[in-house]
Amino acid sequence: MPRFLAARPNSELITLPWGTPLADWPEENLVALPRGISRHVVRFVRVAKEIYAFKEVIEHLALHEYELLRDLARLDTPAVEAVGVVTARVDERGEPLDPILITRHLQFSLPYRSLFSRGVRQDTVNRLVDAMVVLLVRLHLNGLLWGDVSLSNTLFRRDAGAFAAYLVDAETSELHDRLTDGQREHDLTIARTNLYGEFCDLEAGGLLDEALDPLVLVETIESRYRELWNELTAVEEFNAGEMHRIEGRVRRLNALGFDVAELDITTDLGGSTIRIQPKVVDAGHHSRRLIRLTGLDTEENQARRLLNDLDYYRARTDQQGADEAIVAHEWLIEQFEPILQSVPMDLRAKLEPAQLYHEMLEHRWFLSEQAGGEISMDDAAKAYVNTVLRGLPDEEIAVSDMESTGPLANPFDPSQGFVDDEYEKPYDPWEDEAAEPEEEPAEAYLDIAALRARAKK
Amino acid sequence: MNFHYGSSGTYLPVERKCGVATVSFKDATRVYPGADHPSVDKLNLEIGDGEFMVLVGPSGCGKSTSLRMLAGLEEINAGAIWIGERDVTDLPPKDRDIAMVFQNYALYPHMTVGDNMGFALKMAGVSKTERQQRVQEAAHLLGLEDFLNRKPKALSGGQRQRVAMGRAIVRSPQVFLMDEPLSNLDAKLRVSTRTQIAALQTRLGVTTVYVTHDQVEAMTMGDRVAVMKDGILQQCDSPLQLYDAPRNLFVAGFIGSPAMNLIEGNVQPDGVHLGDYTVPVPRETLAKASDEKNLVLGIRPENFELNDHPEDGQGIPIDIGVVEELGADAFIYGTLSGIAEDELITAQQIVARIHGGQKPPHRGESVRLLIDPTHVHVFSKESGDRISPATESVFTD
Repeated sequence: MPRFLAARPNSELITLPWGTPLADWPEENLVALPRGISRHVVRFVRVAKEIYAFKEVIEHLALHEYELLRDLARLDTPAVEAVGVVTARVDERGEPLDPILITRHLQFSLPYRSLFSRGVRQDTVNRLVDAMVVLLVRLHLNGLLWGDVSLSNTLFRRDAGAFAAYLVDAETSELHDRLTDGQREHDLTIARTNLYGEFCDLEAGGLLDEALDPLVLVETIESRYRELWNELTAVEEFNAGEMHRIEGRVRRLNALGFDVAELDITTDLGGSTIRIQPKVVDAGHHSRRLIRLTGLDTEENQARRLLNDLDYYRARTDQQGADEAIVAHEWLIEQFEPILQSVPMDLRAKLEPAQLYHEMLEHRWFLSEQAGGEISMDDAAKAYVNTVLRGLPDEEIAVSDMESTGPLANPFDPSQGFVDDEYEKPYDPWEDEAAEPEEEPAEAYLDIAALRARAKK
Repeated sequence: MNFHYGSSGTYLPVERKCGVATVSFKDATRVYPGADHPSVDKLNLEIGDGEFMVLVGPSGCGKSTSLRMLAGLEEINAGAIWIGERDVTDLPPKDRDIAMVFQNYALYPHMTVGDNMGFALKMAGVSKTERQQRVQEAAHLLGLEDFLNRKPKALSGGQRQRVAMGRAIVRSPQVFLMDEPLSNLDAKLRVSTRTQIAALQTRLGVTTVYVTHDQVEAMTMGDRVAVMKDGILQQCDSPLQLYDAPRNLFVAGFIGSPAMNLIEGNVQPDGVHLGDYTVPVPRETLAKASDEKNLVLGIRPENFELNDHPEDGQGIPIDIGVVEELGADAFIYGTLSGIAEDELITAQQIVARIHGGQKPPHRGESVRLLIDPTHVHVFSKESGDRISPATESVFTD
């Protein structure tokens, strides 16, 4: 009987075919979702109403990753949610099977490959890269060394006009109190190399627009990272007469979506030069404010957008002097929720609610421009539902429809390549040697006689 | 015959060309903020051109930290690290001309195996001709030539390992770094990969620094092995030197499997008393014990011989607890017997390997184990240091 280590176990997990290697699980348990490349066996499994990702991997790695994902959740870092680890698995002959790490599938998330199809725009790619940079900075601020920074190890969610990135694979990651500069540089170098490889791979598969050059695409990663890192952590010096610089720095950080929890301010002996350095910064400035005012839990840019709409609502209803919390509540009841409820039930899986609202705000702006005057939100919402929303794919669970790449050999495992790849594996003598039956496990004892014999040669 | 200065303080004969050391740790120290002692304490280690150096030790000994200091992933709080002719102490990882092997396993499905191996070179602006040449050479070394123009569809685990190695090889770095690369593999893949890495390194001749906690792995792979404990280098020598001449109790007990017996006994004028038998120890050695009452004798299981005539009182007396037969040999696990009450030593466990010729005894029997005095290592109980002279290794020219 396998062992389950989980924070909130789902009892339906217990009846799954744990005695079978994951690669052989019957299709009825599996869901075909697009995902990145992994060197382990990974499958998506539907359990009751939830979808989980299962990864079959050796025990110390599974436990390490489970603990790390839980730590990241405590630190409020964007990562997939760890559900549990299943150990002590044995097959029908009693032979041990590797444990399985279970994580929750991130709803409305998209692996990068499904964001690409021929003709994708330059700015979409730029926004993906930006999202990666923000994620990397946030991880580094929390002391996490990622190790295997890549698009394949990331999931993306729409965040108003941008993307929010989430860490998916924490296998190579390490949590430290603080990262050294060398460690951050290391992650950055890995990011550049891996993203370059991934863009080249898309190019080789005909999935990257011809106008895009992988080298140009990755060149911005380092500069953007350094810019953001500097803004968040660098020392700033100025004269005592320029105290507004303190507020300016805090505002800039807020605008980037970060709160300053601790700002170190020192003066020189004469008191004429001031030095400031943010010591603790927390991401989610806007989303925190939104959740406090309305209870809505959204991505950062979505929050910014909704807060803007809230401000606009306050101005329109002439409630500038009123209590912020009261106006927010009113906006929620009178504006936000009715608009969302006007969307037919069967179309609600297309986009996450906050994203939907954002898109409708965008559509209203577009229609207003066209009409040369203000269109009401109600009309804009209706128009959006009829002309745009119906035609969009469902993103609640984004199903793979990358027709340009052809059918997968195994829809549950993209790493096995495509059906039309002609393939007869060349003979590999190294594999023969590796497959030779081993003598008595030399592992347990050191064969000193063999060492001496070798040394004599 | 070239002599190479090893940090064990002896001039050791080393069978390979000796140029300038490729990697030097000079008093390299790492102290974590708030820690009360260093994780790596004044490490001095010189690694020669083309050498396969293994850093080994128990968890927390500083081996990984040392490797990371070399890689640029750990700050160096004191001392320096040199690679070739350069002091790299303050250089970021990418400027050190090193390659961490097995870092990136992802096989990009739309690219050929060749492109999978060489894409980082393309990013660095290396010309197509040179790229192809380097990839070709690496593929040749790795037996992957027939795969170069194919997509990596369904490569086996072992083949993926080789592509990962190829990615590091094409970069032609001065040093390869490997941090417990086999620990994430299943047992079968571990053995085959270990052999492949060792064979590859010999052919490539690139200086390699390899970290493992497994001393069997260290002994079978390294040209030299650096044993670490609590941040301090204990001994750095060839595997056989470590085996035959451990410098202290820790190295003696760590290297070799099954482990060396470390038996405490009472000092007598002519030797060390174990049970009711005095193991002969030369006077010069005993003199180094100063005023210690007890010393520790180190004897490897395979150096014992069963006394066929135990009634002659020769040999260390033990009571047998377990007999384990392994092929033609047998391992016997016994407890030291015949200890006088006033000697204040415990009845310690002793493991002996009985060779095929002799008839193995039974559980519960009392036997005597003969030992050739030249195979006895003597250690100070207080300092743990070896006080008997280092016996000559079988590995001599």
